[in-house]
Amino acid sequence: MSQSLAVPRDLEAFVHRDAAGKGRLELLVSGARCAACIGKIEKAVVSVPGVESARLNLTTGKLAVDLGVNSADPDRVVEIVEELGYRACLFDPTEAAAAQDREGRELAVALGVAGFGAGNVMMFTVPAWAGLFGQELNASTLTVMYWLAAIVATPCALFAGRPFFRSAWASLRRGKANMDVPISIGVILTLIVSFSETILGGRHAYFDAAVTLLFLLLIGRYLDHRLRANARSAARDLLALQSPVAVRLEGGIERGVPVAEVRVGDRVVVAPGERVPVDGRVEAGVSEIDNALITGETAMAAVGVGSTLHAGALNLTGRLVVVVTARSEDSTLAAIARLMEAGAQSRSAYVRLADKAAALYVPIVHSAAALTFVASWALGLGPREALLRAAAVLIITCPCALGLAVPAVQIAASGRLFRKGVLVKSGAALERLAEVDYVVLDKTGVLTEGQPRLIGAFNHLVAMAAPLARASRHPLARALAAQAGVGLVAHDCVETPGQGVEGLIDGRRARLGRASFVGAAQGARETELWFSFIDDDVKIRFAFEDQPRADAAAAVAALRALGLGVEILSGDLEEPVGQVARAVGVQNWRAGLTPIEKAAAIDRLKAEGRKVLMVGDGLNDAAALARAHASMAPGAAVDAAQNAADLVFTGDELGAVAQAITVARTARRRALENFAFSALYNLIAGPAAMLGLINPFIAALAMSGSSITVLLNAVRPALGERRSR
Amino acid sequence: MNILLFLAPASLALGALGLAAFLWTMRSGQYEDPKGDAERILYDHLEDRPPTAKPK
Repeated sequence: MSQSLAVPRDLEAFVHRDAAGKGRLELLVSGARCAACIGKIEKAVVSVPGVESARLNLTTGKLAVDLGVNSADPDRVVEIVEELGYRACLFDPTEAAAAQDREGRELAVALGVAGFGAGNVMMFTVPAWAGLFGQELNASTLTVMYWLAAIVATPCALFAGRPFFRSAWASLRRGKANMDVPISIGVILTLIVSFSETILGGRHAYFDAAVTLLFLLLIGRYLDHRLRANARSAARDLLALQSPVAVRLEGGIERGVPVAEVRVGDRVVVAPGERVPVDGRVEAGVSEIDNALITGETAMAAVGVGSTLHAGALNLTGRLVVVVTARSEDSTLAAIARLMEAGAQSRSAYVRLADKAAALYVPIVHSAAALTFVASWALGLGPREALLRAAAVLIITCPCALGLAVPAVQIAASGRLFRKGVLVKSGAALERLAEVDYVVLDKTGVLTEGQPRLIGAFNHLVAMAAPLARASRHPLARALAAQAGVGLVAHDCVETPGQGVEGLIDGRRARLGRASFVGAAQGARETELWFSFIDDDVKIRFAFEDQPRADAAAAVAALRALGLGVEILSGDLEEPVGQVARAVGVQNWRAGLTPIEKAAAIDRLKAEGRKVLMVGDGLNDAAALARAHASMAPGAAVDAAQNAADLVFTGDELGAVAQAITVARTARRRALENFAFSALYNLIAGPAAMLGLINPFIAALAMSGSSITVLLNAVRPALGERRSR
Repeated sequence: MNILLFLAPASLALGALGLAAFLWTMRSGQYEDPKGDAERILYDHLEDRPPTAKPK
């Protein structure tokens, strides 16, 4: 990895110190799989002087290292893990703190308490149910049973209901009613009615229903939370792997700092093979820059003193000292940031399925309850009986199944996508993805691999140049070496930044690099390498091209089969874009677009009434990603693009896009089915409650029955898939 | 019916014991690394107790 290649440097900024001065360091380690890995890594890290203990979490891939007061060198820890053959990178301490899952813990505790309550309240209510059917329980025993049930259920319900009460209160204060409002009203009303019934010696106490309802709802809530937390942490890990450290020059000393800490005017060092962490101007050094992630261009650009660099560009050959011109938060074009913000706003205005249902459901149910009260009283029932019936309507229609309907489906769908290497950032993203009817693809890094590959060269020529190529870190040389496979490395190699590499192959001096470096007639294109022996006039040319992904054409066909329109918007030149478009079979394509033009093109499509899915990986796509109805980015994308995207696919296959849309559509169908189920249940149970036909046994049965139906329907797609495999 | 006075508190106490055990496993971080714990228990030289004293 890049860190270990640099000069030793001070990484104290990554150490989290407590009051006693003891330090803690977090690393993200990938590749560890078994007990042997744990043992190897922990033993090696503890052997570093200054390290007190180390513990690897195999589930999350985090290695927590405790340092003594005499701190060990964090760089040494990274190095030692990498020497063992694992990929390691430092985790920003602020990120590590954010990763602690307080909300999940609270939900799990609430779930545990609700489970205890639901299980134990049955001890007292099941005999009471028996009493309802004329069995041996007499009135005073029934009241005792209800009091015992109250003692168990009330504290449990009040404790476990806190997440719902809080959310309902917050929603009411904003003048809206979300799904938690009827849930909270239902639970509290159930408790009040049950208490008054018990005191008055009546039979309609629903203590068990209140707790069981919360238990089932908390299952849904917890699943929903796990989904979001997992996706978030996976996305964070991807980003941490990208630009972990910026190397700042402080009076001649190189010091590694989190990118967020870099200020305007700082001087940072960018070693070959590393990404430029922030926008800046080159102060010293010569190199070549790969801008593919920023502009979509595949050709490399030569840079020297005075050149402007954008964050995310890949430094290829030479060490550069860069003066920072913008901080990481406001780097790279304020225009892109503004466009992204506008996009995010329009997106937060999106109304989720469950909230749409709640907006419809709450007024209907509440007016039905009011109607019941008025009608029953008018028809000659006493006020107590009328109130009881109105309460029964609210309790029986309390949206338990409705609350589970969407999260249960989305957790099943996201789980399926996760196994296919697609991370879903939120449930709302899945809902938007299901509505998509038009797909806009970026070229570089999406339709293509984003990496150059050797084309049309003879094997013996490749083998001849390979020893020099293996000695170079230039991506074109690496692509050449990859083509040649394992073999000899040239001797006495000297690499000239921005030019090429020279060395001895079998005693003959040879050069590999740009046309001018090798002495050939000036080549027109940047995406080629020249090779020649010094004592020979024959110059050999190797051409490289960014090839379409293996399944690009099939993936485009799959999108078409789903009834989606497909278009390519690229920032690259006319010729390469046209080639790729023809290769994958897309007629609609545009080249040479600036980031602003891309975003404008998305806006135009939106104005035509299309719901656009944008797939892009570059900084130039970030604005378009944020403005599109839904968006996806590959795992290798720049962090701005990943932040803007709703979904991130980590595999090599573009087919993941069509798969994700299919899964999202299935999930939407299931969610609507679930709504239909709970509507049907309410249509039967609601009128029954209005007529006073409900007793606590029927209430308990109907409530858990509808929730279980909804849960089973949610996992149905997963079952179907397993069978078809 | 007097048996209820004994049985109801007894079974509630058992239930509460279960709840307390669950809360304790939560607090002591026993769900932090299910994959790792499954491997750690197989070897004597690996620390197989849950990590304690996590910074909050």
